[in-house]
Amino acid sequence: MTNENKTFEMKELKPTSTYMDNVHKWGRIWGVIMLVLILAYPILSCLIFGVLPDWNALLKGLLATLPMYWAVGLIEIFTYVPMLGVGGSYLSFVTGNISNLKLPCALDAMERAGYKASSEEGEVISTISIAVSSIVTTAIILIGVILLIPFREELPKILNNEIIAPAFDQILPALFGALGVVFISKAPKLAIVPVSLMLILFIAIPALNQSTVGIMVPVGVVVSILTAFIMYKKKWIK
Amino acid sequence: MDFSLNNPWLFVIVAVIVLAVLGQSVFFLVRALKRAKELGIANSTIKKTVSSSAIFTIAPAIAIVVGVIVLAPKLGVALPWLRLSVIGSLSYETIAAENTLEALGGISQVTNATEYVTIAWVMTLGILIGLILVPILAKPIQKGMVSIGKKDKRWSEIFSDAMFMGMISAFVGYVFCDVTHLFMSEEAFGKVAAKFAEKNGGAILTRTASLIPVCVMAVSAVIMAIIGLLSKKTKARWLADYALPISLIIGMASAIPFTIWLG
Repeated sequence: MTNENKTFEMKELKPTSTYMDNVHKWGRIWGVIMLVLILAYPILSCLIFGVLPDWNALLKGLLATLPMYWAVGLIEIFTYVPMLGVGGSYLSFVTGNISNLKLPCALDAMERAGYKASSEEGEVISTISIAVSSIVTTAIILIGVILLIPFREELPKILNNEIIAPAFDQILPALFGALGVVFISKAPKLAIVPVSLMLILFIAIPALNQSTVGIMVPVGVVVSILTAFIMYKKKWIK
Repeated sequence: MDFSLNNPWLFVIVAVIVLAVLGQSVFFLVRALKRAKELGIANSTIKKTVSSSAIFTIAPAIAIVVGVIVLAPKLGVALPWLRLSVIGSLSYETIAAENTLEALGGISQVTNATEYVTIAWVMTLGILIGLILVPILAKPIQKGMVSIGKKDKRWSEIFSDAMFMGMISAFVGYVFCDVTHLFMSEEAFGKVAAKFAEKNGGAILTRTASLIPVCVMAVSAVIMAIIGLLSKKTKARWLADYALPISLIIGMASAIPFTIWLG
């Protein structure tokens, strides 16, 4: 490595680490604030109405809900954090709707800007895209809620009638059809094994459906990374 | 205070939390924009990222409003508004609410304060894991990614492509999850249809309905490919920038005739 290259690299590295450290610091601070605020809702509802939860039903409801949610949630962290980038993760895990909104949005933004998720530029583009998406989502839900107050009868009829409802039911196929074309045509070799395997599994196993697709994402990711690793080592992909 | 699903105080609390969510997003946005300038990312790239992310978000966000509408008769507006603005997604929240309604003795809608706060607790505790663990785990996960990148830059690029492919493959698989309905015996399909009717208030399931998502996916994929080719041929960059939202909306719209035809 020439001297010139060295200085260039040092210049690059220093601010990188400060920016990232800051993102972690603020991500954690905001995380704690949001945790407190979110817990405040059930606590304050108890205070407002002066009641305690029905402990028996609470326990039953938690037992039916928590094990599955927490297991999926834990897997989601390991699956989505590397894809969303750090800033994007701190935001997405607060605002939710990751696979149907935030991640496709960030993926498309990085793809068009021409930056890899593994680069700092990718990290920054992903954060911008997820932040904008979160702001727009929150604003649209707010508008919806405000409209729902005077138009309690009309709004459901407009958005949730028999004719229009199917369009909203089919967001995921419409989203992943478009994303699939881009990513599969870009790296068809990487697609062969995971796509074929998932098709076989989803068609053959009736228990795999919309509510279990979240569990299959990490399976797809692990299979995809393993086959990519083998292909890379065998020099089938360069 | 007398119980009402739409007690004004509930809305005040949600409004404060939603403001905090907006605050966090703006905070990270400002910092990322500043960093993007420092890194020398072109202004035009940043502008396009902002505008196309905003436009892309509209349709999925309206779908979330539909989620609030679906849950509102059971839970009022405030709780679904909160749960779908912060962390939640419709499928999770519906399951959490139904599990608790079931645990409360199989009731179909909330009628008193005790039931309400019980549901609010289950829905809140159900989704806390990400909020607790991301601040703890994000740093080590990111460090791990960086160390992969340091060892072999090319492999780290392939690694992230492979991750995305893994996720996309799962959703492509999911689109085909019901096509077996086409080949089932009368008896087996009858059972599936009965279960569907029970869950959806007597709605009728047809065999061909399983092809609706497949057709929608095909439409949106074709539109995306056409836009890609067009923008290359005509050099119309703006077309490429809005390719995803355009394909998404045409794909979703195509679900309407497909459902009439196949559903």
